[in-house]
Amino acid sequence: MNEVLFFIAGPLAVIAALGVVVLRNPFYAVLSLVAHLLSLAALFLLLYAPFVAVVQVMVYVGAVMVLYVFVNAYVGGATDATGGPAPTLRWLSYAIGIGVLATVVVATLGSSLKAIDSDGAKIGADFGSPGQIGELLLTRFLLPFEAASFLLLVAAVGAVVLARRRRGVLPGEDRMIAALDLLAPTGTGSMREGVGAVNPVPGALSAHITPSTGAGSPPASGTRGDIDGEDD
Amino acid sequence: MAIGWYLAVSAIVFAIGAAGVITRRNPLLVLVCLELMLNAGNLALISFARMHGSQEGQVFALVVMVVAAAEVAVGLGIVVALYRNRVAVDVDELRELQG
Repeated sequence: MNEVLFFIAGPLAVIAALGVVVLRNPFYAVLSLVAHLLSLAALFLLLYAPFVAVVQVMVYVGAVMVLYVFVNAYVGGATDATGGPAPTLRWLSYAIGIGVLATVVVATLGSSLKAIDSDGAKIGADFGSPGQIGELLLTRFLLPFEAASFLLLVAAVGAVVLARRRRGVLPGEDRMIAALDLLAPTGTGSMREGVGAVNPVPGALSAHITPSTGAGSPPASGTRGDIDGEDD
Repeated sequence: MAIGWYLAVSAIVFAIGAAGVITRRNPLLVLVCLELMLNAGNLALISFARMHGSQEGQVFALVVMVVAAAEVAVGLGIVVALYRNRVAVDVDELRELQG
């Protein structure tokens, strides 16, 4: 049974990986990656890593691939236009790929690890279960766990900073009103009010910036554009 | 199934991903091929965890997944920023990092 499943999932993983590299249409390449990840999850199950397999399906196939498809649709999904680099460089890159394959195969299969031809060590019934992995994550690997969560936070902030609009307000956007602005009375201290986007208090911002001028001209609706356009 | 079979699949997928990173020109597809390489590494980690009968390799595979998710978030943010700034979405044309 293990052999049957392996020889279904393993070649499928390799073929789907080839599809990712070969297919011209980026959308099909991303879908091929989905097939590859699903067959890899099957291989993880065969290796008694059920929790990692479930995380693979949920995080990769569920979340990351949706992000890829979304960005693909946003950018436009044009096919890889000019068909690759010049022929000499293309053959050079294939040669590099084959060289990497040879190196990795020699490094793993050619190593004198005795257990590499065996089915693996004896393991308990709950090997790789969520309980076991969670216990490891919260006891022995607590520091890597926290570092990983911090890395995710930094990546989320970085993605927002990178992908935001940098050219101020679009024409006509000043007139957009959120539904909450109609419900909430003025002076309730919302965040948009704090930056002067909604009903700027006359003289509030200018009084903060230049107190000597006293009640200057009220900062009109341009403040939002300044805040959005301020970068670098 | 011997562990060597899984390692062979991992090595093949890693080499395919490396060739894809070199040949692809769309930055989105370069990221996709990077995912291939990361997943090949994950498969090798989990095979070795099975070989030794210890779960540390599986924990490390989870950490690799976190790193891959972070890389995807930042990388796709860069792709979107490139598209917003009307730069040609082609890694051969991207020679400067100036915003």
